[in-house]
Amino acid sequence: MAFLEIDGLRKQFGSVEILKGIDLDLEKGGFLVLVGPSGCGKSTLLNTIAGLETITEGEIRVDGRTINDLHPSKRDIAMVFQSYALYPNMTVAGNIAFGMEMRGVPAQERQKAIDKVAKVLQIGHLLQRKPSQLSGGQRQRVAMGRALVRDPKLFLFDEPLSNLDAKLRVDMRIEIKRLHATTGTTIVYVTHDQIEAMTLATKIAVMRDGEVQQFGTPAEIYNNPTNLFVADFMGSPAMNLIPATIGGNGNALSVVLQREAREPISLPLADAPTGLSAFHSKPIIFGVRPEALTDPEGAERNASNIATADCHIEVVEPAGSDTYAVTNLGGKAVVARLRADANIQPGTSTPLAFNLTKAVFFDPATENRIL
Amino acid sequence: MTTVTTQIKLTPEHGARPIASMRSRLQDALPKIVLAPSFAITIVFVYGFILWTVYLSFTNSKTFPSYALTGPRAYQRLWRWTFESDPPSSWYTSIINMGIFGFLYIFICLALGLFLAILLDQKIRGEGMLRPIYLYPMALSFIVTGVAWKWFLDPGLGLEQTLHQWGWTSFHFDWIKNKDFVIYTVVIAGVWQASGFIMAMFLAGLRGIDGEIMKAAQIDGATTFQLYRRIVIPLLRPIFLSAFIVLAHLAIKSYDLVVALTSGGPGGSAWLPSNFMYEYTFKRNEMAVGSASAVIMLMTITAIIVPYLYSELREKPR
Amino acid sequence: MSVIATPARQSTGGISARTVNRIVIYGLLALFALFYLMPLFVMLVTSFKTMDEIQNGNMLALPQAPTFEPWLKAWGETCVGLTCAGIKGYFWNSIKMVVPAVLISTLLGALNGYVLTKWRFRGHTLVFGLMLFACFIPFQSVLLPMATILGSLGRFGVTLRNATGFSFGLGNPTVNLVFVHVVYGLGFTTLFFRNYYEAFPTELVKAAQVDGASFFQIFRRIMLPNSMPIFVVTVIYQFTNIWNDFLFASAYAGTGDAMPMTVALNNVVNTSTGVVEYNVNMAAAMIAALPTLLVYVVAGRYFVRGLMAGAVKG
Repeated sequence: MAFLEIDGLRKQFGSVEILKGIDLDLEKGGFLVLVGPSGCGKSTLLNTIAGLETITEGEIRVDGRTINDLHPSKRDIAMVFQSYALYPNMTVAGNIAFGMEMRGVPAQERQKAIDKVAKVLQIGHLLQRKPSQLSGGQRQRVAMGRALVRDPKLFLFDEPLSNLDAKLRVDMRIEIKRLHATTGTTIVYVTHDQIEAMTLATKIAVMRDGEVQQFGTPAEIYNNPTNLFVADFMGSPAMNLIPATIGGNGNALSVVLQREAREPISLPLADAPTGLSAFHSKPIIFGVRPEALTDPEGAERNASNIATADCHIEVVEPAGSDTYAVTNLGGKAVVARLRADANIQPGTSTPLAFNLTKAVFFDPATENRIL
Repeated sequence: MTTVTTQIKLTPEHGARPIASMRSRLQDALPKIVLAPSFAITIVFVYGFILWTVYLSFTNSKTFPSYALTGPRAYQRLWRWTFESDPPSSWYTSIINMGIFGFLYIFICLALGLFLAILLDQKIRGEGMLRPIYLYPMALSFIVTGVAWKWFLDPGLGLEQTLHQWGWTSFHFDWIKNKDFVIYTVVIAGVWQASGFIMAMFLAGLRGIDGEIMKAAQIDGATTFQLYRRIVIPLLRPIFLSAFIVLAHLAIKSYDLVVALTSGGPGGSAWLPSNFMYEYTFKRNEMAVGSASAVIMLMTITAIIVPYLYSELREKPR
Repeated sequence: MSVIATPARQSTGGISARTVNRIVIYGLLALFALFYLMPLFVMLVTSFKTMDEIQNGNMLALPQAPTFEPWLKAWGETCVGLTCAGIKGYFWNSIKMVVPAVLISTLLGALNGYVLTKWRFRGHTLVFGLMLFACFIPFQSVLLPMATILGSLGRFGVTLRNATGFSFGLGNPTVNLVFVHVVYGLGFTTLFFRNYYEAFPTELVKAAQVDGASFFQIFRRIMLPNSMPIFVVTVIYQFTNIWNDFLFASAYAGTGDAMPMTVALNNVVNTSTGVVEYNVNMAAAMIAALPTLLVYVVAGRYFVRGLMAGAVKG
């Protein structure tokens, strides 16, 4: 039995259905990231777990206990908010202790708990300050301290890093990951940043329009996206999704990519997914991540299925650690990721290696993966 | 899974559940309970009373309310009076005055307010001193304003006498005692009181305009005059609307000013509908007519305010 | 926003167009400052003059022999109607009316604003809209029914007093005015707090809920301590409005000892018996204006903010 279970959860607001039947579960000590574009319902889902919003249908269980109708404070959860939601009229210590004060914990015990948390988060010197006197990173720590001090069954994070600048965000991301590793708590974390999702999660739920599009480990989501939306949303730079057709004959299928003013490229598929034969000479979407489209020298040595084709390079973007080259296939700009020192000029043609082991195919009508 | 849940529901802790849920239901209803008295008060003392007034206007109430409906006689009388211009009926005077006062008061306040705001926006040294000077009349009651201007405009004591002393003996200014002009003195005092506030509204609007727009317009070669006419004033549209609403609402409610400044003017020549209502209801024992005039005032203001409130409160589409 | 000055061009006379421009602007601004200050100035100097000086001197001249006599007389001796004990009693009447009315309406407004933003329910916009519209009605349209109700309450108060020896404030004009001002001020106070709390981060309320704070605990511990600015604005706005009210005051306490300041002032000024003592009238007007002027001088920033908030809805 999983630690957090969400069964058939629906939420309607008036006639609008915000959550359309969510099923998720998370093991004890897991780190679940809800990711999706704004308006996908991920924050609403988090709020229903917290009890800050009611649900229309379904069940939420934590550690076997149904918590649907419990007041937020009775759910044994702690939450870190996007704006940190520190009470501006109280000191840091007051903020951390407010929940205990509400539960009637005696002052001495409160002080002990504050000191303990302050030590873990190294905010001892800030305890008597007001939130307005803290930097963004310090506020973030205090907000986490307020959550930690409750020692809850479940931690909820609502886009906690989105108000920090880029560098601090990376630092805090590592800090959260370390905290999770050392305390072993169970976390549900909402973000719209797919890098945060990939780096932090043990499980990811990709959401769109109130539905879970795919639920799985980061590797599953990244390598085996179930549909076009997930493929496009996860990964940076995004996966190349190229309109193509299937050619070849029964045993040896190939994927045919149109090019401007040149003959099409035909890439032979060694072990094509079985469903693909039904799409013979029909349009499909060919998905290949930039790192699976490289200069031949940089291609993965042990990949079983690599096809090379000459491509016309339109733009070259040196990014320091890598060089990105943009070509045009199937009427779309396609990004290839090359070695940093790849010697390549815009306006010339150069051979690019397609790692077809990593390629995925989608049905343009249903937008689902062809398996 | 269901079995597990059921088992948990059987724990002793669960025996306390009905009470807890009653308490939690009370907690859920608490916000509404807190709001309810205010809302009930508003419904009864605003909307209920309005209906009551409407009802009274259809009776023949004189000194005391009478509750026998007698039809729209009060309105018929007001309607007849509306066209009684020679000699003018009190109602005719009131609504003509309302037209003159309303138009001039709103127009002059808007024009003067905008003008002063633009002047003050020219990087003026001492702006911090001037602004409160323009604005302080808004803190005074209409009664004090009335008393002050009554003195200032009095031909025997105020401006006229002062100018006579200074040697301009032909100067003549007795509007406050003249039944044809007394309403204009109400306009003067009203403008004096409210125009500074309108200035503050416009000034806040001017300060809210994106400076980059101004720079862009100047690079495009607009002169200062063109800048204001073509860019700034169109951008202040929402302020015009708010200021208009504030002024229209003040104008229709103006009652105190007329009383304190003119005591109604010679022969009631400075009356506004609000004065008409008060006099007919409490002094002339024509309660039904007074109520009918109050209903007409309310309908006028409703016609202005409701569309405004509706557009302001409508859920903004996301 | 401010217009960047166009580069100064030398005119033939040697004075730049820009200088002329500035002189005109400052001249106009000074002229209007005079326009706004004049009545107050005249009122002030007149209140320190003797009657002789008023009748023979210039309205704008400073008092030759400043005297406090008119102020003392206005405060303690002048006749309001038939009673000649000055306006001090009426001044206190106003205080006794304003303080409770302001406090009650502000507190209710704060609670209403809290519910209407942080504990929304279906139809909250309609409820708010109905309360807001109440700010704009001409009070003439509720004047009569309120008079009738207050009259009945007064009679009930007499019955109560006969029965129990105590009327519970029913029928007391000051209590009546407090009630009336609370009722018709609710719309504004609710508006102020609603708009303020609308921008107040809802996440703080959610955090407090997770921390286990109840409806009132959140209000008292989280909302109120962070509402100082809007409290000041609301209190000032209500204070000014209620102190300056004349319509309700004259309708429900227009005669007798319970008159508020505005009504008393109007009576003083319009008394037709004997010689009109202009200096005393002006002193009385100044006394009536002082509390609100003082508030304006001390907290003008909040005063303006209140007016603006009352003007811009949404």
